[in-house]
Amino acid sequence: MTALLKVEGLVKHFVAERSVFGRPTAYVKAVDGVSFTVEAGKTLALVGESGCGKSTVSRLVLRLIEPDAGRVTFEGRDLGALNAEQLRAFRRDAQLIFQDPYASLNPRMTVSQILTEPLALHNLVPAAGRRERVEELLRLVGLEPRFARRYPHEFSGGQRQRIAIARALAVEPKLIICDEPVSALDVSIRSQILNLLRDLQDRLKLAYIFVSHDLAVVKHIADRVAVMNLGTIVETAEAQALFAAPRHPYSRALLSAIPVPKPRARRSRIVLEGELPSALNPPSGCRFHTRCPYVIARCRSEVPQLREDGTGYATACHRTGELPGAEAILPSDGGFSPTLEKLVAAFNAAEASGRPGVIS
Amino acid sequence: MTAGPLIEIEGLRVTFQSDDGRMTHAVDSVDLSVANGATLGLVGESGCGKSVTSLAIMGLLPKQSAAVSGAIRFDGFDLLDVPDATLRDLRGNRLAMIFQEPMTSLNPSLTIGDQIAETILRHRGGSRRAARERTIELLRRVHISSPEKRIDEFPHKLSGGMRQRVMIAMALACDPQLLIADEPTTALDVTLQAQILDLMRELKAANGAAIILITHDLGVVAEVCDEVAVMYAGEIVERAPVDELFANPQHPYTVGLLGSIPRLDRRTSHLATIEGMVPNMANPPAGCRFAARCPFVEDACTRSPPPLALLSATHASRCIRAPLERLVS
Repeated sequence: MTALLKVEGLVKHFVAERSVFGRPTAYVKAVDGVSFTVEAGKTLALVGESGCGKSTVSRLVLRLIEPDAGRVTFEGRDLGALNAEQLRAFRRDAQLIFQDPYASLNPRMTVSQILTEPLALHNLVPAAGRRERVEELLRLVGLEPRFARRYPHEFSGGQRQRIAIARALAVEPKLIICDEPVSALDVSIRSQILNLLRDLQDRLKLAYIFVSHDLAVVKHIADRVAVMNLGTIVETAEAQALFAAPRHPYSRALLSAIPVPKPRARRSRIVLEGELPSALNPPSGCRFHTRCPYVIARCRSEVPQLREDGTGYATACHRTGELPGAEAILPSDGGFSPTLEKLVAAFNAAEASGRPGVIS
Repeated sequence: MTAGPLIEIEGLRVTFQSDDGRMTHAVDSVDLSVANGATLGLVGESGCGKSVTSLAIMGLLPKQSAAVSGAIRFDGFDLLDVPDATLRDLRGNRLAMIFQEPMTSLNPSLTIGDQIAETILRHRGGSRRAARERTIELLRRVHISSPEKRIDEFPHKLSGGMRQRVMIAMALACDPQLLIADEPTTALDVTLQAQILDLMRELKAANGAAIILITHDLGVVAEVCDEVAVMYAGEIVERAPVDELFANPQHPYTVGLLGSIPRLDRRTSHLATIEGMVPNMANPPAGCRFAARCPFVEDACTRSPPPLALLSATHASRCIRAPLERLVS
């Protein structure tokens, strides 16, 4: 099976300072040699702290900004070689959902206008059929068709995110990049949107690049995970394998920092000391060495390569294999009591019997 | 000092009046108490009244538009009934608050040292030199590296995690007895969140201060709190010790919140969702405020508002169908 999207050696440096003659003197190395693939119908999660370059990668993939080096191929076509018209056609196949549903919808347009615009732009549906298509899209994301005449301010955050998803779906894309789509939402609304994204993936065979710093959410939605630190991928693996036994010290630190909804959960914690280094002047050698609890002299001088172990699990660390086991990082006994399990199930039963996510 | 709780809130009600005369009941008959050295988690989603409760304790609600009634007893004072001057003496001194947004709650035109020293000078007096020394010590306590240099920096030079630590240092300047932390880690990365939570645990152990932690993250609650109060639509719907709440929740809303957290221990295909929306607080429903979204609703729920009833000495739930286990067995 060929990959839907293939990213090879992507580099993007932003100019941070210029001399008086306008010559660049300092660069922020936002993305520095990133490679990954996304299979059709699957979810790749890009994980990392603020400023690690995960959002820049998602913009590079859509060619919203131009890379300094590297190649992005979508269904075998090199995106860098596309002219403006071909690029527009490509944007039908790949869409983007943003974090803040309050800022990403035009307040002066009705929902109907918001959803009709991509249809008209790509000339997908004849004018006469557009109204019907808008209603269909609203139903698809669990909103009532009569909402089409309303404006964004009349909706709650979760409903707005549904509208943003409907807009992305309007052009029937194959890939949707979700940039922190649930970070701004409340817990109960967040679970609705995550369920919706899951359902849509199953029904429409969508591929997602899911950018997030919330690892609990990532574990729930991702098939594959790439962990980023300061512009590079330090570890990439199947989600299940990574969460079961993370290998890179940075992945371990991230996983061990997730607060678990279970008082007195037994786990080993790696609390990172020190500040996140600046991408303007990343540390020599391994970029994680300033905060790594397992650092040795070699880490300071030599850049570790991302090495795959033959099972699709790749780690960029000199000390892979030497590190202690990672079993206790995620608690295995975080389960609910059987009674609580049944009580929670009652919420799902109520949802199944009612109108899914429709709010009148 | 008596052995009673440090702060005791009784029948707190906050009503906002909008320009067109409509009344919104943001907080309704809230009873809470926190003992010395204990951490209370106040949990709920946007608009449930948790932040308004904390602003009421601090006396920071706008007097023109917010009508506050009830009693907030703190160490012999009724905070709702003391003169403004007394309140100003207490705030920043024995009562302190950490806000969610460290960027907007620090003054961008003053160095962090000046901002922390201001609190010390206002409440403790003394020389500028002594205040500066105390500030350096505080910065060191919140694990800011080379505090002698950092003290003269402006907030924009610091990262989000450092700013939040500066806020905490400022709140601790006068060794407060009660610290209110309003979503102190929401804007931070997980690794920083872990640092800040460790710091809060450390401070509680060192100072014996009481903490009210306001959050929507049940994971954070499980890590640092002793007791939890869950708020929904302006009311406390459940109150219990932390172990009890997670092992045996007795309000359907708490159950829904727990079910909607993505699980780390195993893979679930579907998360629990709480259908529908929070009721309009300008016109709250007659019965239980959660009834419209509750899978266990029955006729009696919608008739009259349920009381917050004790199920055991420490566990209270505002649900007439509790104990819930009999509904699913």
